[in-house]
Amino acid sequence: MTSAYLNGPWDIVVVGGGNAALCAAITAAETGARVLILESAPKPYRGGNSRHTRNFRCMHQGPLSVLTNSYGEDEYFDDLMLVTKGKTDEPLARLAIRSSEECLPWMEAHGVRFQPSLSGTLSLSRTNAFFLGGGKALVNAYYNTAEDLGVTVAYDAEVTHVHLEGDSFRYLKARIGGETVRIEARAAVLASGGFQSNLEWLTRAWGPAAANFLIRGTPYNRGVVLRDMLDQGCESVGDPTQCHAVAIDGRAPKFDGGIVTRLDCVPFSIVVNRDAERFYDEGEDVWPKRYAIWGRLVAGQPDQVGYAIIDAKSIDLFMPSVFPPNRADTIEELGTQMGLDGARLAATVAEFNAACRPGRFHPTELDGLATEGLAPAKTNWARPLDTPPYYGYQLRPGVTFTYLGLKVSDRAQVHTAQGPVRNLWAAGEIMAGSILGQGYLAGFGMTIGTVFGRIAGREAAAHVN
Amino acid sequence: MSTELIAEARRQTEICNACRYCEGFCSVFPALTRSKVFADGDITHLANLCHNCRGCYYSCQYTEPHEFALNFPAALAEVRQESWERHAWPRPLARLFNESGVAIAAALLAGFVLLFGLLQAFRPESGSGFYAYLAHGTILALFLPAFLLPLASVAVSLRAYWREIGGERLRWRDVLAAGASAARMKNLNGGQGQGCNFEKEDRYSDRRRWFHQAVMYGFLLCFAATVSGTILHYAFAIPAPYGLFSLPKLLGVPGGILLTVGCAGLAWLKTQADPALGAARVWGGEMAFVLLLGATGATGLALYAATGTAAVPSLLAIHLGCIVAFFLLLPFTKMIHGFYRFATLIVEEQKRRA
Repeated sequence: MTSAYLNGPWDIVVVGGGNAALCAAITAAETGARVLILESAPKPYRGGNSRHTRNFRCMHQGPLSVLTNSYGEDEYFDDLMLVTKGKTDEPLARLAIRSSEECLPWMEAHGVRFQPSLSGTLSLSRTNAFFLGGGKALVNAYYNTAEDLGVTVAYDAEVTHVHLEGDSFRYLKARIGGETVRIEARAAVLASGGFQSNLEWLTRAWGPAAANFLIRGTPYNRGVVLRDMLDQGCESVGDPTQCHAVAIDGRAPKFDGGIVTRLDCVPFSIVVNRDAERFYDEGEDVWPKRYAIWGRLVAGQPDQVGYAIIDAKSIDLFMPSVFPPNRADTIEELGTQMGLDGARLAATVAEFNAACRPGRFHPTELDGLATEGLAPAKTNWARPLDTPPYYGYQLRPGVTFTYLGLKVSDRAQVHTAQGPVRNLWAAGEIMAGSILGQGYLAGFGMTIGTVFGRIAGREAAAHVN
Repeated sequence: MSTELIAEARRQTEICNACRYCEGFCSVFPALTRSKVFADGDITHLANLCHNCRGCYYSCQYTEPHEFALNFPAALAEVRQESWERHAWPRPLARLFNESGVAIAAALLAGFVLLFGLLQAFRPESGSGFYAYLAHGTILALFLPAFLLPLASVAVSLRAYWREIGGERLRWRDVLAAGASAARMKNLNGGQGQGCNFEKEDRYSDRRRWFHQAVMYGFLLCFAATVSGTILHYAFAIPAPYGLFSLPKLLGVPGGILLTVGCAGLAWLKTQADPALGAARVWGGEMAFVLLLGATGATGLALYAATGTAAVPSLLAIHLGCIVAFFLLLPFTKMIHGFYRFATLIVEEQKRRA
C-alpha cells in the first residue's frame, strides 16, 4: 500500500474515526479546511465504540424530532449528578447539555436518521433519540458526509506519537499498512478513545483480575495516543484505576460483543458466585438504574464470575439473550451443568426460597416483595425459585469505557501544566472523564462526543483558516 | 426443508432479537420481537417478509469479520428461495430451473419463437391484423393452458405455504393492508422514505423501489390491457388490432414502457449490488427472469411500432414466445415472489393483530 496520498499538506489531522472524530472532521471540512482522518481500525471496524451505540441523550424544550415532551437542562444535569455522585466538571457538563439541543438538528442535517424508542426502551423515549439502524448507521452516514466534503480517510492507521514542541503540536507518526509515516498538519484533533481494550494497562490499573474482563467494544481503543500525551505532560482528568463495567453474558466474545451480550435477568434472579453463594441484593432497584453496578460486583467475586439463576416464571420477563441459557429440571442439575457445586446451589436456593414472603409481584416497578431474615436480602421481586425448568446465565464484567482522559477547556483545547497547546484539541471518550467522572448515563457518551467533536472541529478550523 | 438454512437463519434471528437496532427499517424486525423462540414456520415467514433492502446488513455491528458473522439479508434470502422451491409444484421442475435458469429460459423462448414461426405457415386465409399471421383459435389453444396451468400450480404451492407460516382465514382488512404495503413497496423505503441499501452499499437509494414499482405497475397495466382486449373481443365482438385510443392500447402502451424501463433498471441495479447479500446461487436465474419480463414488454412495444411493416411476423413470433415462456416458467421463476410476498404480508397483518 502506498501512503503517497497522505502527503498532504493538511490543515487538520483527526486522530480516531468514531463519532467525535467525524463530527470534528465534518465541522472543520465545512469551513474549507483540508482534513485527514487517521482511523486505527480496518474499514469494517471503523467507528470505535460509536458503532455499538444506539442513542443520543438530548436536552429539549419541547417535542424535538423523535423525542417526546421536554427534557430541560436542570433535569438533565440532575440525572448526571445522580450517576456521577458529583464527579463532574459542572461548566463543561452544562455546556455539553445545553449544546445537545442544537446538535440533534445538526446530526440530521449531516445524514443521521433517528427512530422512535426501540421496543423495551420506552423509558428513554423522552430523553434519548435512537439512531435508525444504531451507531454503525450513524458512523456510515458521517463517513459518507465527510467523503462528500472531501475529507481523506486512512484506515488501519494507528497513530503512535503526537509530537509536541513547547506549546504546539508539530507532527505525528502513524503506522499505516506496515510502514511508519510522519504526517504534518497545522492542527490536530485527538478523538481516539480510551484505553479499555488495552488489557495490559487495565491489569496495571485494576489488578490481575482485569485479565478476566470482557471488553464490550472495539479492540482498537488501546490508549496509545492517550498514553503518549500523558507522557508528554498533558493534564489528565478522571480516576486512572477505574473503568465502567456492566455484568454481561459470560460467553460473550472477548471484544466487540456490543449490545446483545447484556443480560436483563438479574432483578428476577438470584445471583451467586463461584462458590454458589449470593453476594448482593439483586432487587435493589429497577434494572436500568442498577445495570451499571453489577460489573463491579461480579469483578469483585472470585474468578470474576457470577451466575444468575431464574425459574420458568421469569424467563419471559426480560429481553431475549443472545446465547440460550443453561436449562435443567432441578437446581442441582443446573448448578452441575454450569460448573457449580450443585448441592451447594440447591441449598442456597432453598435458603432463599424459605426467606421469600407472599405478596404482589410486579416486574416493572419496585414491588417491595422482599426476603425476610436473609443476608444479603433481596428487597424487590423476591419470588421463590420453584417452577422448573430452571435457567442459568453466567455473568462476567464487561468493560464499556475507562475514565482517565485528557483535561480540556470549554473550547476542547488540550492543556499541559504550562497552559493550552495552541493547535491541539480533544473530543470524545479521550476527554469524557472531565464530565463523566463516575457511573454512566445512557446516551451521554454520544452527547459528549458530538458536542466536543463539533467544538474541536470549529476551533481547529478557526485556527487554520 | 433445509434444516441447515433454517438453523443458520434462526441463529441470526436470535442475535437480531437481542439487539433490535434495526427495528425502524422494515417489517421483519418488529415481527421478530414478537417471539423468543422461532419455529421453522416463523423463520420461513420472516424470510418471505424480508424484501432484501439490506439496510440491516450495512447497519450491523456483527457482520464479518465479527465472529457472529451476521448476513441477515442473505440468510433470509436463502430460506426464502428454498421455501419457494420446496413448495413449487411440480418440485423437480423448480430445482431444475433454479440450477440452470438462463439456459431453460433461453431454450424455452427459442422453442416458442420457432413454434410461432412455424404456426404462421398455417396462417388463415382470412383474418386481419395479427390474425392474418396466426389464427385466433391457435393463439387461444396455446395461451389458455399456458396461463391456467401455472396459476393452478401457484395455487397448490401457496396453499401449502399458507399453512406452514400459520395463515388463518382471509379477512378483507388484512388484504387491504397488505395491498397498501405492496402498492407503496413500504418495505423497500428504508422505514423513512430514504430508500434501501441495494446498490450503493451504505448509502441509501430509492432506485430499486422506483424500478420495481415501474415493473409491477407496468405488468399490471399490461395484464389489464390483455383483459380489456379479451372483453372487447368476446363481449363486444371488437377484435384486435386496436387503435391508440382504445382501452387495450391506453393501458398497454404505458404498461409496456414501464415494464421495459423498470426491468432494464432492475437488471442494471442487479449488476451493481453485492450478490453475497442475496441468494447468490440463483443470481443467474433471477437475472434471466428480469430480462425475459423486460423482453416481453419491449417486444410488445416493438410489435406495435412495427404495425404494417414486414417485421410484424417475426416480431409477433418473438413477442408471443416471450409471453408463453414467461407464463409457463412463472411458478419456478422469481415471478413467484409476488405471490409469496403478498401472502406473507397478509399473514403478517394477521399476526400483528393477534
